[in-house]
Amino acid sequence: MALTGLFLCTFLVGHLAGNLQLVFSTGEEGKRAFNEYAYFMAHNPAIKLLSYVTYISILFHIVDGFMLTIQNKKARPVGYAYNKPSANSSMASRNMAVLGTLILVFLATHMANFWWKAKVSEDKFPLHVKEISFQQNNEMTGQVQKQTMKLYLTTAGNYVPVDGFIVKNKTELYEAQLNAQKVELKMGEGYKDLHSLVFAFFGHDKTKQGFPINDMALAGLIFYVISMLVLGFHLWHGFSSAFQTLGVNHPAYTPWIKKIGYGFAILVPGLFALIPIVIFITK
Amino acid sequence: MASKFININLKIWRQKNANAKGSLESYKLDKVSTDSSFLEMLDQLNDQLINEQKESIAFDHDCREGICGMCSLYINGRAHGPETGTTTCQLHMRKFNDGDTIYVEPWRSRAFPIIKDLVVDRSAFDRIQQAGGFVSVNTSGRTMDANAIPIPKADADKAFEAAACIGCGACVATCKNGSAMLFVGAKVSQYALLPQGKVEAKERVVNMVRQMDEEGFGNCTNTGACEIECPKGISLENIARMNREFLFAAAKG
Repeated sequence: MALTGLFLCTFLVGHLAGNLQLVFSTGEEGKRAFNEYAYFMAHNPAIKLLSYVTYISILFHIVDGFMLTIQNKKARPVGYAYNKPSANSSMASRNMAVLGTLILVFLATHMANFWWKAKVSEDKFPLHVKEISFQQNNEMTGQVQKQTMKLYLTTAGNYVPVDGFIVKNKTELYEAQLNAQKVELKMGEGYKDLHSLVFAFFGHDKTKQGFPINDMALAGLIFYVISMLVLGFHLWHGFSSAFQTLGVNHPAYTPWIKKIGYGFAILVPGLFALIPIVIFITK
Repeated sequence: MASKFININLKIWRQKNANAKGSLESYKLDKVSTDSSFLEMLDQLNDQLINEQKESIAFDHDCREGICGMCSLYINGRAHGPETGTTTCQLHMRKFNDGDTIYVEPWRSRAFPIIKDLVVDRSAFDRIQQAGGFVSVNTSGRTMDANAIPIPKADADKAFEAAACIGCGACVATCKNGSAMLFVGAKVSQYALLPQGKVEAKERVVNMVRQMDEEGFGNCTNTGACEIECPKGISLENIARMNREFLFAAAKG
């Protein structure tokens, strides 16, 4: 529990760093930067490996926690008629399994809302606009002209000009596509618009590109914020508890581990919760 | 200070034997001196029951000065009652008010089966001790003077603090998981810190932890309840030390 828990703490920091870009990346350029970051996170082999370690850690943390809870329940088949646990322990420390289960429920909805949509439901997911430059031979003059155009990648694998791009006739569009397909080899597969997905989920109507406005945005936001509160309580006990389990306890530094743990439990879920709040308010 | 007398209501767990189904029974006890200890109050109640031709309540006790670890009792939701750093025999009736209802229950743990009423079988602790809580020092013939081995003062103090554990089982009773980690941690630490204990340190921690698990105690989730309820103030540091010892022992194979 301790090792996976602490590893998942580092995962939270990484995830938070990524999410914070949502707030700090403004405008089309910021959107592009965020989506490029998301693309990098989904395709870099090292990150991929790290993500598998994360999945395994989460699973182990769940299964181990579940088994320990069952064992611990068995250790006291008959409970007390009158018990006053608040006299000697914190609420969070006594309810780690409940808090963990609530986090698991959150995780399921979280994965369904973002991870699943981003990863699997590719067809419903318009791609991010990418400005590309390509070379075109001018047949009349024989000169090579450098041109730029805005394109996005379709699910079929073709670059298609964004609406509004001046296409004089079908032939020109076709040629642009052809040339763009040559460029595609260098460009990669394009970027999924995770940025717009997140903003649309939390009620933004500024995002065009076919994202329906989420009518349940406020409910989604409240659920998210409550889940972060739950995560905060889980970390409030979990962070320093992990060190104790690993045998790290010393009068000189244990008080600091506890303080850092409390700080972590407030700061990390707090910032996580702040991001959708900011997105929701600025809609 | 003048003695005061209070009238109290008691709800006490009664159970004929290990297999019988127990229940909380209500008792009324008048004229309890606030100077009497909690166990003296129970003696007074037993006198009353005997006079009424009823069966007296079985409860554990021995030295009645907080050092033997024999008394137990879960009083008003807390091990050894509302005070910290004391055993039940050191708890006085002045901590209660006239007309109070006091709940008295036995230690609740799968590893501590009830023998009768408030008496539980704590021999699981003995078996954990037997699994490794000793040093194989030859104590016959020309025994070496223990004081001849230099031991850092800090280590000696910590070992002594760990050895202050009286094995009462309050840690198990109060732990929401029924875990015995504080007890075992103290017993491992009192040897691990001293040179005499280093020889068998590896086998000791592995064997004692194995026995602890076999007895059916729960796992430690670091709520810290045991440390607060322990009448001898055994620190959670001892659990961390045991975990450390165990990890190193397991890593070395």
